[in-house]
Amino acid sequence: MVYQHSVGNFNFSFPDLKTVLAKASPEKSGDQMAGLAATSEQERIAAKLVLADIPLKQFLNEEIISSEIDAVSRLIQESFDAKAFRPISHLTVGGFRDWLLSYETDGEKIKEISPGLTPEMVAAVSKIMANQDLILVASKIRVITKFRNTLGLKGHFSTRLQPNHATDDAKGIMASTIDGLLYGVGDAVIGINPVSDSAETTLRLLEMLEKLRLQYEIPTQSCILSHVTTTLELIARKAPVDLIFQSIGGTEATNSSFGFSLNTLEEAYQAGKELNRGSIGDNFMYFETGQGSAHSANAHNGVDQQTCEVRAYAVARKFKPLLVNTVVGFIGPEYLYDGKQVIRAGLEDHFCGKLMGLPMGCDICYTNHIEADQDDMDNLLTLLGVAGCNFIMGIPGADDVMLNYQSTSFHDQLYIRQVLGLKRAPEFDEWLIKMNLMESSGKMLDISSGSKLLNL
Amino acid sequence: MTKPANSWEKLRNFTDARVALGRAGGSLKTAELLSFRKDHALAKDAVWTELDIYFLQEELKKLKLETLVLETQAKDRETFIKRPDLGRKLNASSTESLQTLSQSKEISIILADGLSAQAIALHAIPFLQEFLPLIQGHSLAPISLVKQGRVAISDEIGELFSSKLSIILIGERPGLSSPYSMGVYLTYNPKAGNTDEKRNCISNIRTGGLPYAYAAEKLAFLCSEALRLKLSGVHLKDTFDHHLLKNESGKN
Repeated sequence: MVYQHSVGNFNFSFPDLKTVLAKASPEKSGDQMAGLAATSEQERIAAKLVLADIPLKQFLNEEIISSEIDAVSRLIQESFDAKAFRPISHLTVGGFRDWLLSYETDGEKIKEISPGLTPEMVAAVSKIMANQDLILVASKIRVITKFRNTLGLKGHFSTRLQPNHATDDAKGIMASTIDGLLYGVGDAVIGINPVSDSAETTLRLLEMLEKLRLQYEIPTQSCILSHVTTTLELIARKAPVDLIFQSIGGTEATNSSFGFSLNTLEEAYQAGKELNRGSIGDNFMYFETGQGSAHSANAHNGVDQQTCEVRAYAVARKFKPLLVNTVVGFIGPEYLYDGKQVIRAGLEDHFCGKLMGLPMGCDICYTNHIEADQDDMDNLLTLLGVAGCNFIMGIPGADDVMLNYQSTSFHDQLYIRQVLGLKRAPEFDEWLIKMNLMESSGKMLDISSGSKLLNL
Repeated sequence: MTKPANSWEKLRNFTDARVALGRAGGSLKTAELLSFRKDHALAKDAVWTELDIYFLQEELKKLKLETLVLETQAKDRETFIKRPDLGRKLNASSTESLQTLSQSKEISIILADGLSAQAIALHAIPFLQEFLPLIQGHSLAPISLVKQGRVAISDEIGELFSSKLSIILIGERPGLSSPYSMGVYLTYNPKAGNTDEKRNCISNIRTGGLPYAYAAEKLAFLCSEALRLKLSGVHLKDTFDHHLLKNESGKN
C-alpha cells in the first residue's frame, strides 16, 4: 500500500507503514542519524496527515518488522486481544486520538481496550498528539502494582532510591541509602546499579539491603540491577532477590545485543514466581527501556526509535512488571539532541507505556554531552507529575557518581510533592510518620542527630 | 572536608555522592544549588577538550612502547559528538597504514579520547605501567592512539592486527564529580560489527574510583580467562572478586 498526501505544492508519498511512522515522528537526532527522519517540516506534517487517516485495522494487516525474523513481532501478534480491540476497531489513528481525549473515555475504558492495542498503534497515535494531549490522556490512566506496598494510586507518586557508588563500597552505598530514606525516598524500590555485574558483588549488596529492610521494617523492595542471567544464578543460590531486573528493547536483535532472549525472561519470570516474596502483591519484574537503544545496537530494522521503544513495552507487558522505567536522557545527543527532544521523549514514553497498561516511571535525566541542563529536568519533572507518572529516581543531589549522569534528586521529589500535593505509597508514608521523619501533613521534619536511621 | 557538625553530615565521610545537603524548605540551599551548577560547567567543558597525542607519544616512548596514531571518520569534536557511528570507523588513510603493517599480534591496545580526553591523559599511562608487566609473554601490537574514537574502534583495529584480544582504554562520559574517568573494554576475537554483549568492561578508573593496580589485575584476569575460554562478554562471567578472595586480599 502506498500512502500519500499533499502539503503546499508538494505531493509526498511513503512506501509503507514504517516509513509513515518514522517520517511523522517529532524531530529526534537518532532518527536523523539513521536516515529515517523527515527531511523537512512539510514532509513531517504530510506524514502526520497521512497517519491520522490510516485505519487502526491496517496495523493488523501490515507488520513493520516481519514476525518471520523477529521474536518481538511474534509476541505482538500472539498477545493481540481481538475482543478488546473491537470497540475501537472502526477508528482511524486520528479518530483514536479524539476518542482518547473525549470526556466519556475514562481510565477504565482505556484499560479495557488496552490489550487490543499493538505497540505500533500506540506509537502512531502519540506521533499526532501534542504534548498536552500526551499529558491529559496519560493522567486518566492509573496503573497500580504491588509487591510490599501499593504503587501508582491516584494522587500518589513514588521514587526509586538509587544509591550507586563508584566502587560498590558497602558503606558508601549505605550512606546514600540512609540519606535518601531521611528525605522519604525509596518507596518504588531501593535499586543499585552495580559497577561489577559479578554474582558475588550482587549477592553482597542484596544481603546488605535485605538486612537494612528487615532491621527497620521498611515497606519497600530492593533490587540490584544486574543482568538477568546473574540474577537467575543468584535465585538458584537462594539469595534474597525481591525484583528481577533487565534492560529491554523493542526488537529481537536489540535484546540479543543485551545478552538475553524472550525465553530467558520467561525463565526469570517463572523463577520469580516461585520465590513468592511479595507480601501484598506479585508484581516483581523491573524493566528499563529508553528511546535509541535499538538504534545504538544497530538493531532497528528501519523503524524509528520511538516506535522501537513502544515495542519494548509489548515485551514488558507480558511479565506484569512492578516497575517500568524509561531512562530518557541517558543515551546521549546522537539520539536525543537537547532538552526539547528529551522532554518530548519523556512525555511520549510515559503516555505510550500507560496506554499499554504499564506502571511507567521515568528516569528524568541527561548527560554532560547533550544540550540540556537541570532546568530542563525541572520542566519534565513538573510535566510528568501532572501526567500522573508512577515514579522517578531519587539520587543524592541529582548526581550519580557511578553512572556519570544527572537525574532527579531527593529534593526534587519534595518539590513535586509540595507543588502538586502528591503522596508516596501509603504504606511508606505511614512508615515515615512512624519513624518520626515526616508530619502527617507531608512536611519533612528536621533531621535530628538522634534519628534511628543514623545510628546504623 | 569541613568537620561534620552532626551525625547526619558524617554520612559524607563514606561517599563522594551529594549526601546530607540539608534543605531550604524541601529544596536545595543556595550554596548547594550553585555548587552543582559549577560542576556541570566543568563537565560540559571536559567533553570538548582535545586529546593531546604528542604528550601520550612522549610518555609511551619512555616506556619503550611503539605507537601508532590513527584517525576515525569523525573529523572534529562536533561531528564526533553528533555522529558516534563515524567515531567507530577508521578513515581511509588510517586503515591503509594499518593494512601495510600486516603483522599478526596477539593483543592490541588502543587509547582513545572517547568523551573525556583528559581521562586518558591522566590515567592511561599509570594504568599501563601496572598492566603491561602482567601480560608479559604475549605479542603486543604498537599502542594505537585514536582521536575522536569510540569503543567499537577497537574491533576494527584488533581485526587488522589479527589479534585474539583487543583492549581499549577510553575516556568515559564525564560525570559531575568525575569529569576525568577512564573505562577499559576487552573483546575476544575483535571483528568490525561486534556488539556490546561481546565485551567486558571495567569502568570508573580514576582518582577516588577503581585504583590502577586493582583494575590492571582484573583486566589481566579477564584476559587470561578470555584466552582460556575463547570468548568475552556476557558469557565471560566476572568472577575476579571471588578469585581474589580465594587467593589474596583484594583490598585497594
